[in-house]
Amino acid sequence: MTLELAANHGVSVQENGLGSSPLAIRGLTVSYGQKPAVFSVDMTVQPGAMTAIIGPNGAGKSTLLKAALGIVPALSGQVTVYGDALEKQRARIAYVPQRASVDWDFPTRVIDVVLMGLSRQLGLLGRVRARHMACAMDCLNRVGMRDFADRQIGQLSGGQQQRVFLARALAQDADLYLLDEPFAGVDAATEKAIIAVLKALKEAGKTVVVVHHDLATVTDYFDHVFLINTSKVAEGPVNQAFTAETLQAAYGGRLATAQIDQISRALG
Amino acid sequence: MLWDALTLQLGYNASLVAIGAALLGVSAGVTGTFLFLRKRALVSDAISHATLPGVCLAFMVLVAFGGDGRNLLGLLAGSALSAWVGLLCMNWLTRHTRLAEDAAIGAVLSVFFGFGIVLLTVIQTMGVGRQAGLEGFLLGSTAGMLWADALIIAVGGAATLVLVMILRRPMTMVAFDPEYAAARGLPVHRIDLAMMGLVMAVTVVGLKIVGLILIVALLIIPAVTARFWTERSDRVVLLAGVAGGVSGYVGAALSASAPNLPTGPIIVLVSFALFALSLLLAPVRGVLAAVLRHLRFQRRVHIRQGLLALAQGQKIYEPLTLRLLKRAGLARADGVATEAGKARAAKALRDEKRWEIVRADQAHEATAALYDGLRDIETVLTRDQIAEIDRQIGGPQGVVA
Repeated sequence: MTLELAANHGVSVQENGLGSSPLAIRGLTVSYGQKPAVFSVDMTVQPGAMTAIIGPNGAGKSTLLKAALGIVPALSGQVTVYGDALEKQRARIAYVPQRASVDWDFPTRVIDVVLMGLSRQLGLLGRVRARHMACAMDCLNRVGMRDFADRQIGQLSGGQQQRVFLARALAQDADLYLLDEPFAGVDAATEKAIIAVLKALKEAGKTVVVVHHDLATVTDYFDHVFLINTSKVAEGPVNQAFTAETLQAAYGGRLATAQIDQISRALG
Repeated sequence: MLWDALTLQLGYNASLVAIGAALLGVSAGVTGTFLFLRKRALVSDAISHATLPGVCLAFMVLVAFGGDGRNLLGLLAGSALSAWVGLLCMNWLTRHTRLAEDAAIGAVLSVFFGFGIVLLTVIQTMGVGRQAGLEGFLLGSTAGMLWADALIIAVGGAATLVLVMILRRPMTMVAFDPEYAAARGLPVHRIDLAMMGLVMAVTVVGLKIVGLILIVALLIIPAVTARFWTERSDRVVLLAGVAGGVSGYVGAALSASAPNLPTGPIIVLVSFALFALSLLLAPVRGVLAAVLRHLRFQRRVHIRQGLLALAQGQKIYEPLTLRLLKRAGLARADGVATEAGKARAAKALRDEKRWEIVRADQAHEATAALYDGLRDIETVLTRDQIAEIDRQIGGPQGVVA
């Protein structure tokens, strides 16, 4: 039924096969049991744009990203990255997982985490050289965490941990950045720092996709949205796809009418 | 006697065992660290118990083909094979059934070990079986160790170390953040298998010295010991190697220095001693350091609270607060502030008001986050900023900052 809704709203889905979009997904279905978490989803990420993946809790936002990256197995569907097989283009993708996905008591320093982003350059046995360190420090600097390089990661606040994860992604110098809930439970300073970095990436022509939960900031931060509730609800530029109708379709009764009114007023 | 043993002067066999045990300790400590970092320490227990049926079957095959049933290489090959089967069973159970890893470990461990004991009993009723000494593989037996046996241990241990060196970066990445590792295209599942394969190799190599029941201690305790001393994974690996090597060497020497001391268990006890020392004495993460840190913190809290009470003319009821204030020369035994105490109390109250302003002001957000009720405000703000805040508070100016 939700599929029909998506068709009704008919938001600028390009049916040009898989194209050379930074990330194109066709018919992706993921299931952890008998109930699909993501069902037959198509997605075409616009190059050079900042896209928010939005939907209620348990709508499959994170799962969509993970399946697109092959972290969780998909039941069916195709994924291409820059018009090519995922495995061939992996080096061009930087992924920022949810903060809660790792053990922060792990014996590692901030700088070591960022150096993980350089693992391709370092290889299996290569030594960490001055230029690697300089690159890692530069990435920390961009997220305002330079002074924390030698701290054990568990000593950081949640927001600082999130910024370190972003620095690790920056170190990869990728073309496509995929972030899973980077603003969840972070302080205002961190949110500001992260969005500044993401906007700078966009200015530099990179593509950014963010799993996002805060509807109030969508219009400020993003130019494209992708609404999902197990299956796709809407996709397109914010002013076309982020409307009271699509939100109602994605969230159903879970979103208070007042909230929708407020958002649609903000949208003008 | 112990000194002789430590300097390898207790004869050929004792020296051979000591060097072998040290090498085994190093490779077990280093390899086990990755298992520990991946939070799969108990997997090693299942792997080691799964070696027993292989040892017994290898013995039977060797004897059946007229060979020497005590050929160490043959027995170790058999043990590796059955440990690998156990490993695959465990992996299959966790990946394809709803069983959690702990349940899979329990199932594999007990079934393989049980089967091994049955085979062992059968062998001991066989004519050739009685002198085989296969039960030595349970707890290790070093009495009749040969040069060739030591060579196998040395070569096996060294090979494992080289492989760990090569795989250390991917294994660390998978242990810290498996999802990120997968997103980078690392074959997480195969890296895990390789890690457990290395643990299996160490287990097999260690059967002769510490035996299959206690090898888990040599894989895990050094890593846990090392974790107390450092916050860096590469150093945990290094220190675990050192701790394992020292335990192996000293343990073997100790057991050689007196008659009838079993080698494997003594090695494990030595490694436990290192663990206990680290647990107590390690700076930062050790128990003692934590207790001291807590006491120091408690003292600061009490003094601060006492000063604020003095400043506001409240009576102090807590004996600890009074005692601390008196010892610092800030109050008399009856709770009346001294001159120094009055000055400090006024400053404490003033600081508290300054903090209030800072915490209410959006512009000071980063500073406000540092508020813990103890920090002196001049350590986080400049003189000018404090003066500005004082202007907002009004009232008596020029309280020492």
